[in-house]
Amino acid sequence: MIEIQDLRKVFIMGEEEVPALAGVSLRIERGEYIAVIGPSGSGKSTLMNILGGLDRPTDGTYLFEGDDVGEFTDDELADFRRRRIGFVFQSFQLLPRLTALQNVELPMIYAGMTPKDRRARAAELLERVGLGGRMTHRPTQLSGGQQQRVAIARSLANRPDMLLADEPTGALDTSTGEEVLALFEELNAGGLTLAVVTHDPEVAELAHRRVSFRDGLIVSDERGRKA
Amino acid sequence: MRSFELVRFALGAIIAHPMRSVLTSLGVVIGVAAVVMMTSIGLGAQQRVTQAISGLGSNLIIVTPNFQRGPVAQAAGAGVSLRDGDAVAIARQVEGVAAVAPLVRGQAQLASDGANWNTQIQGVTPDYLVARDLKIASGRMFDENEARQGRKVLVVGPTVAKELWGDSDPIGRRVRVRTVPFEVIGVLESKGQAGFGQDQDDVVLGPLSAVRSRIAGRRSRGDSVQTIYVKAVDEDSLDRVQEDVTNLLRDQHKIRQGEDDDFQTQNMASILEASQAAVGTFTVLLAAVAGVSLVVGGVGIMNIMLVAVTERTREIGLRMAVGAKRSHILIQFALESVALSLVGGLIGLTIGVLGAFAIAKLGEWPAAVPPWAGPLALGFSVVVGLVFGAYPSWRAARLDPIEALRRE
Ligand SMILES: Nc1ncnc2c1ncn2[C@@H]1O[C@H](COP(=O)(O)OP(=O)(O)OP(=O)(O)O)[C@@H](O)[C@H]1O
Ligand SMILES: [Mg+2]
Repeated sequence: MIEIQDLRKVFIMGEEEVPALAGVSLRIERGEYIAVIGPSGSGKSTLMNILGGLDRPTDGTYLFEGDDVGEFTDDELADFRRRRIGFVFQSFQLLPRLTALQNVELPMIYAGMTPKDRRARAAELLERVGLGGRMTHRPTQLSGGQQQRVAIARSLANRPDMLLADEPTGALDTSTGEEVLALFEELNAGGLTLAVVTHDPEVAELAHRRVSFRDGLIVSDERGRKA
Repeated sequence: MRSFELVRFALGAIIAHPMRSVLTSLGVVIGVAAVVMMTSIGLGAQQRVTQAISGLGSNLIIVTPNFQRGPVAQAAGAGVSLRDGDAVAIARQVEGVAAVAPLVRGQAQLASDGANWNTQIQGVTPDYLVARDLKIASGRMFDENEARQGRKVLVVGPTVAKELWGDSDPIGRRVRVRTVPFEVIGVLESKGQAGFGQDQDDVVLGPLSAVRSRIAGRRSRGDSVQTIYVKAVDEDSLDRVQEDVTNLLRDQHKIRQGEDDDFQTQNMASILEASQAAVGTFTVLLAAVAGVSLVVGGVGIMNIMLVAVTERTREIGLRMAVGAKRSHILIQFALESVALSLVGGLIGLTIGVLGAFAIAKLGEWPAAVPPWAGPLALGFSVVVGLVFGAYPSWRAARLDPIEALRRE
């Protein structure tokens, strides 16, 4: 589904050039569950942002189902993010003014769904992440784990091809983190492609494939579940 | 996406901070209220002026002496150049004339039954009523014979009647004008208050010759008049009659080619036009000054919109991450700015209209909110919102989604 070739990303900080990705090649097949691991500053988030169409590579190619994402215009990238990608962030990124239901509806608004359809789908998604009773709560009225589940429901709104999660359990304690991971497991079992950045080896163990980064390069790529 | 969703986003953000939104739009409120009030006052003034001038009579040409004229006129007699003969000549020789009314006037003390009243006395011919569109309410106007003979009879205005005799019938009363006794034979219909604080009903009319010889100043020669009113039969012939009158009087006064007139003619229609234009210019000026506060209001909106973009940077990043295009962000913030301005415009319009009526009530001024005030005020609000919301919205749309999401 995804094929990246010799991907590079260089940030320019004044005089200095910071190579965040130094030539990464990777194939991801439909239905995979990948953990991206590595020390801080090794380029994990940079890769996720490029995979999700939030950022553009400096060099190299990124093919998504044969489309060259690197050549997309801003508007095409927006369409790509809306249709193909679901993001889950470490800090949830829910809009504080909106209820859980409205937060989940947001991507569907940009997709042009009718209010009736998207409300029904948002409610269904919240049910699925176990928050059927919290639809009218605002983010501040929800626990961290609940907020992250709302965010996951939102990421699924437009039926993405791939879910990208950058340290989704980073802000959660162990037990609520486990709830979120159980949800990922379930989604992957349902056929969703999943890429999760994590620092936690236990979280990485749950994935079916582990890609390790160091200094902007892939240093190992192991398959098979250890747990 | 559906466009009404963008409107909903914009309104949602405004409703989220009602107090802040109202305060932000205050500048536009004041600007729009001021523009509406100023144009309403201006239009009221225009109507007032129109009323006052057309109250003088329709299709009217006013002929007055021109004192600026050279030695010939002065030699002829102390700045007086119009005579009875001129009026007669106009009536006989100019076509399309409905009435010609020569007039002399003076200020006089009236005394009757112990009451006193100082007013303007006008010496006229019966045609004066026709020329000035005046009507008799009770009694009668003096006729040609009485006028020629200089009979000491008077037709009084309603104000004079009221001041001297209260509610009782003035007809047949004796009244002393200075020391000369006159008899009241008629009362004029009320013309009401005209513009410029003038009471058109505070007047008495007497036969031209009687008033000229006994009341109007010593300086006046036996046949001089101060004004000749010429009423044209219709509006279309007004200009032509004015020209004919001018030519005839130049002839009468033996003014050679190249010499200036010793009289001037004013056409009611052109006076009206000129004064309306003057008031109109004044109104535009006032409205423009008021419009400056609209600009100040716009700057206030721009300021708060820039704050909003900074505050909601993460929201913008998130919207982009879930698939919003830059144009969606741009339009959302532009609509927010327009909505803020429009709220101000609506409040300002309400205040402006109420204010115009309040001023009208206090100043006994006709309230005249022009019908285009509403659309104009709201149109201006939209423009102000668009212009001053453009830069903040552009800033929002240009944000980098990753950096925006990372912002605290
Ligand atoms: N916007 C930026 N401007 C400049 N340098 C950047 C920027 N974003 C990332 N970098 C640099 O790129 C490198 C990789 O950053 P990245 O965020 O991908 O690391 P990471 O693996 O996600 O680290 P962490 O585990 O701490 O989140 C780092 O050296 C970082 O300083
Ligand atoms: Mg990171």
